[in-house]
Amino acid sequence: MDYIDPHNHMVSRTTDDYERLARGGCVAISEPAFWAGFDRGSAEGFRDYFRHLTEVEPARAAQYGIRHYSWMCINAKEAEDVKLGRDVISVLPEFLDCPNVLGVGEIGLNKNTPNECTIFEEQLALAIGRDELVLIHTPHLEDKYMGTRMILDMLVEHGAKPERVLVDHVEEHTAKIVLDAGFWCGMTLYPITKCTPARSTDIIERFGTERVTVNSAGDWGPSNPLAVQDFIFEMRARGHAEATIRKLVYDNPLAFFSQCKRFSFTPRS
Amino acid sequence: MSPESASEAPLPMSHSEVTDRYFLEMRCRVLDLAAALDRLDRAQGAANGDPRLARLREAITILSSDELGRAERVQLAFSREYDPGWRSTNG
Repeated sequence: MDYIDPHNHMVSRTTDDYERLARGGCVAISEPAFWAGFDRGSAEGFRDYFRHLTEVEPARAAQYGIRHYSWMCINAKEAEDVKLGRDVISVLPEFLDCPNVLGVGEIGLNKNTPNECTIFEEQLALAIGRDELVLIHTPHLEDKYMGTRMILDMLVEHGAKPERVLVDHVEEHTAKIVLDAGFWCGMTLYPITKCTPARSTDIIERFGTERVTVNSAGDWGPSNPLAVQDFIFEMRARGHAEATIRKLVYDNPLAFFSQCKRFSFTPRS
Repeated sequence: MSPESASEAPLPMSHSEVTDRYFLEMRCRVLDLAAALDRLDRAQGAANGDPRLARLREAITILSSDELGRAERVQLAFSREYDPGWRSTNG
């Protein structure tokens, strides 16, 4: 089955992973800007990273017939440094017009601090002002519930259009509040700290398939860039219809991305 | 209406099919948890009121309830509470 992984950090992965993704049916990836595992020292470091996302990865993916898209931002963790955050925000417009860039992301919160909120809101205002799509990172573990509620508060206060925002890394305690507020949601398949394929399938069986996407968030830590294939396998093993699975791993991400005026994609014939 | 009946993708398996498919995996995970609790008891020193262990005990209690939504309640047991006044708290 052809599928799209809407969240995969391929800068952290090998070319072998691209090959395995392609062999497993992956036809497109979107890669949000994120924390590289260390704090960068200046906005120039981010400029290089953004060039990597917009120039190097699309070419690497194309060798395997995979379309590569990206999202631009300063991530929640490094946003704790407000001056650095503002320096990086000043660079973003240079890249938001690139043809493969889908919008602003993954912005969000990490430890739910005032500084993180400041930079989140400034990037949200930039996105709303340019009518960009927004991809949102929600915090980890014990901070996720509080952080997700704070993010929803800020989205409502800023008047964000729910259909143009995807709130990522939802789990059992946050999926419903995101969907009930009208936003898209993403479920991340991680070995230990987020959703498993079985639990993601459970959430879909409880809350449905509308405005739901599934991703691997493959990165430099414990993660599996092929995890969407495991999700497809789990759904099939339970007897879900192929059309239901395809909606989750292909039609839904395509519908969300298609709201971006720069987005172009030709399905495989 | 329950969330399940409202979903357009309800679980298409029977109770016995779910049991057949997941029993060994569930057994394995319960054993892993039991062994980890034993490991804690065998460890040197005292817990000293570590709040993580209180959350674990609360979560284990949730597992033995009969009410649907156990996974959500376990998640909340491991979560900081939402403060609607977070803006003023954050300064």
